[in-house]
This record gives sequence, structure tokens and C-alpha cells, in this order.
Amino acid sequence: MREIQASQITDVVEKLCIEANYYLPEDVKCAIKNCRACEDGEIAKGVLDNIIENYEIADAEAVPICQDTGMACVFLEIGQDVHITGGDLSAAVDEGVRRGYDKGYLRKSVVKDPVRRGNTGDNTPAMLYTEIVPGDQIKVTVGPKGFGSENMSMIRMFKPSAGLQGIKDFILEVVETAGPNPCPPMVVGVGIGGTFDKCALLAKKALMRPIDSSNPDPYYADLEKEMLEKINQLGIGPQGFGGKTTAIGLNIETLPTHIAGMPCAVNINCHVTRHKTEVI
Amino acid sequence: MEKHIQLPLTEELAKTLHAGDSVLLSGTIYTSRDAGHKRMCEALARGEELPFDPADATIYYVGPTPAKPGQVIGSAGPTTSGRMDAYAPTMMSVGARGMIGKGARLPEVVEAMKKYHGVYFGAIGGAGALLAKCIKKAELIAFEDLGAEALRRLEVENMPLVVIIDSEGNNLYEMGREKYLEEHGQK
Repeated sequence: MREIQASQITDVVEKLCIEANYYLPEDVKCAIKNCRACEDGEIAKGVLDNIIENYEIADAEAVPICQDTGMACVFLEIGQDVHITGGDLSAAVDEGVRRGYDKGYLRKSVVKDPVRRGNTGDNTPAMLYTEIVPGDQIKVTVGPKGFGSENMSMIRMFKPSAGLQGIKDFILEVVETAGPNPCPPMVVGVGIGGTFDKCALLAKKALMRPIDSSNPDPYYADLEKEMLEKINQLGIGPQGFGGKTTAIGLNIETLPTHIAGMPCAVNINCHVTRHKTEVI
Repeated sequence: MEKHIQLPLTEELAKTLHAGDSVLLSGTIYTSRDAGHKRMCEALARGEELPFDPADATIYYVGPTPAKPGQVIGSAGPTTSGRMDAYAPTMMSVGARGMIGKGARLPEVVEAMKKYHGVYFGAIGGAGALLAKCIKKAELIAFEDLGAEALRRLEVENMPLVVIIDSEGNNLYEMGREKYLEEHGQK
């Protein structure tokens, strides 16, 4: 049994909160640049130039890419041969978020009650997901999630008879309804299958996967390509001002589901699709 | 070509701006999000004054990150304007003419813009580090307890914006997409 101190997890979460908010992943940068090269409209090109300049400033000056430094979504894949000692795991994660958002000059955007509001002042609690996996390591992923795009996400419980066409129409409907609100160009995370709750989590996990990767199942890899193309024919364009680049990536994750259902969740993210991983 | 715009946003100036214009905005603006707007509208309903003079004022829908040592302000890109739709007509009715944000507005906001000669500017959502560079001065003037959502007076220079909805109600979100679809034969 390998022992890992809770304080080690705190340190890693702190570091990842800061780095994820300052440095955009290379796959996202690359996708934005490729789209810039294909745009022909003046306004669309100008917007993408500004977006590139923005992440370059964030890189060079170590400042947040976006002022919405998000809710801290933390994913822990905990090896079953690990014993966490020296403290409570969720408290350790929250402490990492607290320190990261303080030391990194990140915005505190969490309210303590959804209806009665009131800022918690330190961006806690983290949205924590744990998974027990084989091995003796802990894989920590922090994905700060902004709410301009989160608010445009949807889930629908389809009848199986809706079939693939139902899923395709729904993805386009969500993107079209989102329009200019989630700061396009967006990244689209799609979850299909599982239960109501698992389906939404799949969509969130899809956003954590690099956008230059494909679903390992060729059926869904093709669907990813097809839907990205269809989304980019909608004409919404960068910031909704019209253009080719409505989305820079679309990932699909699936799970087996019940004979009576076909849940589909679409989690929208903006061009500031942040996530950073480290293994302890 | 970008138009240089010097605030305050008078009625005459507002009428010269058209949906789709790229502008570089300079002058004094105020920051507020939904929590601040709610308080201001409640104050107006009680017959009280606002923490700033709303005549010809421009409000930036933003909640910046905390400033690092040596910075004027942290990253400061726009938030989704739709959350201010419930308050925007009231703010325009007392003279606040300019709005800076991102995302769609409700028809009642557009109607109020036509009535009061309002202009809705779009700043690039997610470009907070870049937009912070245009902010030369930031001063907290009210609602400090709201943290990132507090009311601030900003001095901006050459802030890159696009007119999304003009005082006649023309809307770039509709025009831009339509133009793209026409040119690319998907209509």
C-alpha cells in the first residue's frame, strides 16, 4: 500500500488551479490558429486575432486568460493501492483550490447557496469527482469551468426511437440556442448513454479530453467530425458575429444505457477550454 | 476601419454608431454585473441617487480578477449581458446609454435602446488579459462587499469593441450570420 499525504494533493491542486487559468492547452491554441487561417470575414479574422493575442499575453505575463476563472472542477483517479493519510481528502482538495485562487489572483466566483447566494470568498468548494482505478498513483485533473458557457448546456432523455438523428439534431439545437452567449468559438462536450447524472458527467469529461484526439470507436470518431462540420455551417462564427468558426472542437463520450432510454448531454465550453493534469 | 470614440456617449454620438462598426473606445466607464444592477434599480425605485451620474454613461458588464501587484486591474473581459436584461431598460431610462458585454439581448432591451438611443457594444468574451491592457485607471466607488461584482469607475483607452446593436435596433448577431449564410450558399 503506497501512502500519499493529503497535503501533497493540496499542493498539486493549488498549482494546477493557477496553471490551468494562465496557460491555455497547446491543442486549443493550435485549433484556434488553424481556424484563423481558414476564416475569410474581416470581423471574424479580427476577433480570432484578438483571441490569439489574448492567450499570448496570458502566457507571457502569467495572468488569467479569462476573468471567469470558473468553478474548480477537480477529477481524481485514485489508485486502489493508495492510502491517503494526514487528513480528509475533500478538505485537502478545497484547501488547494483556496490557496490556488488566492495566490494566483484568480476570481472567486462561488456562492454558498444557489438560491440565497452569498460569495464563499475563496472559490470553494471544488466540484470534486473521484474514481477508484487500478494502481498506486493519483491522477489529478483541474478544469476551471466558466459559467457563460455552462449556462448554455443541456441534457435530454431521449426515447431510443429518436435514434442517431435525434442526437444530431439535439447537438445542433443546443449550439444554435447558445448562439453568441458562450463566447464562441466554443468547444462542445457530448455525453451519450448512462443514467441522467452519469450522462452529464460524460459531457464534462469530454471537455477534458484534448480536442485533437478522437473517440477510440470509429463510429463516434466519425460522428465527432460530422457534427463539428455541421456546427461550423451554422454561420454563428467567432463571438456570434458571423463566420466559419463556431466551434473549434467536439468530443463525444459514451456509456452503456438502459433498454428504455438514450440520454444525451451537451456541455458547452468557450475557446478558453482549460484543463491541466498531474500524476502523484 | 476602426472608429475612435471618445465618451461620454451623447445622443448625437450614439446616432453615428451602426451595428457592425469596429470601434476603439476611450473615456470613463462604470463596471457592474447583475448583483450591482439589482441594487441600483432598487435604489432608483426608492427614489435614491445612483453611486455615479448616469447621464450619457456607459456600463461595462464585467467582474475582473483581482489585480496582481503592479497591475491596474486583473483580467477583465465581458460577462453575459442577458443577465442584465431585467435592469437595462431602467438604467437607460435614467440616461445610461452605453452597454458593453457579450451575448444576446431581449426584445424589450432593444425597444428601450430605440427609445433612449442606447448602444450595445460587444467586447471579446474570453479575452480578459487583452482587454485589461486598455484599462488605465480603476477605482472602487460602491458595493465593495460584492467583491468582483463591486461598482468601479474605469478609465479606458482604445478599448477594441464592435457595435452589436445600434440605436435603431440593428443587430450584428442577426446580420453577421445572415451575411455568412448568404455568401456560403446555405440559406
